[in-house]
Amino acid sequence: MGARWLRDMAGVILIIAAGVVGYWLFPDNLALLTRVIAVALLVLSLDLITGYCGVASLGQASLFGAGAYAAGIACVNGVTEPVTLVAIGAVAGATAGLLMGTIMLRAHGLAQLVLSIAIVQLFHEAANKASAYTGGSDGLAGLMVSPLFGVFEFDLWGRTAYLFGLALLVVVVVVLKFVVSSPFGMLCRGIKQDPVRIRAMGSYVFPVLLKMFVISGAVAGTGGALAAISTQVVGLDSVSFELSANALVMLVLGGLGTLYGALVGTVIFMGFEHVVSAINPFHWMTMVGALLIAVVLAAPGGLTGLYETFLGAGKRVKGGRT
Amino acid sequence: MQTILSIAIDAFAYGMALFIICIGLSLTMGLMRVVNLAHGAFAMIAGYIASYAARDLGLGYAVAIFLAIIGTVIISIPLERLLYRRIYGSPELTQVLMTIGITFCIIGITNYFFGPTLKTIPLPGSLSQPVDVGIRTIAGHRLFVMACGLVVAGGLWYLIEKTDFGIKLRATVDNAAMADALGVRTQVIYAISFAIAIGLAALGGVVGAEFLPIEPYYALRYMVTFLVVVSVGGAGSIPGAVVACLLLGAIDTTGRYLMPEFGNFFFYAAVVAIVCVFPRGFFGRAQ
Repeated sequence: MGARWLRDMAGVILIIAAGVVGYWLFPDNLALLTRVIAVALLVLSLDLITGYCGVASLGQASLFGAGAYAAGIACVNGVTEPVTLVAIGAVAGATAGLLMGTIMLRAHGLAQLVLSIAIVQLFHEAANKASAYTGGSDGLAGLMVSPLFGVFEFDLWGRTAYLFGLALLVVVVVVLKFVVSSPFGMLCRGIKQDPVRIRAMGSYVFPVLLKMFVISGAVAGTGGALAAISTQVVGLDSVSFELSANALVMLVLGGLGTLYGALVGTVIFMGFEHVVSAINPFHWMTMVGALLIAVVLAAPGGLTGLYETFLGAGKRVKGGRT
Repeated sequence: MQTILSIAIDAFAYGMALFIICIGLSLTMGLMRVVNLAHGAFAMIAGYIASYAARDLGLGYAVAIFLAIIGTVIISIPLERLLYRRIYGSPELTQVLMTIGITFCIIGITNYFFGPTLKTIPLPGSLSQPVDVGIRTIAGHRLFVMACGLVVAGGLWYLIEKTDFGIKLRATVDNAAMADALGVRTQVIYAISFAIAIGLAALGGVVGAEFLPIEPYYALRYMVTFLVVVSVGGAGSIPGAVVACLLLGAIDTTGRYLMPEFGNFFFYAAVVAIVCVFPRGFFGRAQ
């Protein structure tokens, strides 16, 4: 117990350290880094239902978008306190998660994946049609967010937004650590491995998964609200199939079922995207494609899986010697 | 009445074009258990080959279709040997990741060589004229697409249900190890089925180019549509695919005619409703 406690602490400190290093190394790219944090929250939320519950979703952006639009609409209508906006985003995301979970959990396997796609497309069309509230395809622009705690202004360089985002990410990761290692988290992992056996043990599967969907929605909604606050714009792309598909790719790239895998995958994918697409957007697609194929062939468990394979192999060799 | 008829004809032709492309995907998903998201990419490759043959080389439409199918299958064979063979039997997520990767690569390479513009496939004179079928005139091309769809459906049904190859394929799908032990060369069966599926995608890509125009992002743009059609019909089922294509084609076309400002709303609302009622698709097998 003590060792795990230490390891979790080390992980959180590592995230903070990486964030601070990013702040010092790329002071001109803080907007991009904030975006990375917002997407990382989305990927974390996807990890909760895909990595821990075994429910694959290609529609996770509907939760992200729900949070972003809720925060955006609230902000336009006079609620400008950033922490309140994030809370509004989280609640909206959780509500969307409840809705999405109720629909998606009716099906299994491929049908479930297709349902998630249909849901995100419906959200997309709805956001497009309700242009009186969402700005339609022009997006919801001109969000004026008041200073954080009344002191720290959201400046042009995005310093406040970045640090606020980093703090949010750390809080979410710590909370999720407790969630996934709780008995509830264990139950979810059990359902992923064998739902029939869990049912035979006397647990209802549906409400457990639905609860995880709501938590996942709250996390994604937080990410959406952060994106809305930091860029001061909410566009239709925040509730698109592309974003959902990218989130799934980032998650599998990093490794399913570990919170760090979600973070690592997001940072690597978005960093890669940023560097290569600056050279040529078409090359970006080819390179990402090649990267995905390489990951499937070389590291089916994602990058953290690869790391653990090496670690495991090293341990085994050491064990053999002693 | 006039409107209803033209919607019905458009919907039927569109549904048939969808069917020709999707049935290949349905076969790979239902029979070979591979979620091949790169299916649309092969249809796109065929469209590019046909466009090149018909427009730049000045060959006939039939020759262009033939070349497109042969060319696409030839391109797909090394991919099957090197990449797809490794993901047979893998978890769905792995397959999704690998095939999205292949799609991205194909899109990037296509863009690099052919540029981001729309490619047209010129129709021969006999297909671009309207044809009088008694009650009204229909564009010749639409009739051609409908005929192709019906021929493909009939041919596949015959192949899978009535021929020696079909028996071996079904045996391989049900129990690969047992079929192998009985002397069925399962690797060959998989390779041939994959080639047939790709060939159908190629045919559909060329024939359906009037409905789904050929451009570099074709594979991504219609990936979702193809996936949706297959899962609504039930993977691996020919009658399911026919019903799903016709129904979804009808809903999509009607929505676009009557309420164009709603875009894909009705299409996806229908999908949610159908999948909720039939979680395995119309004619899907019990798992």
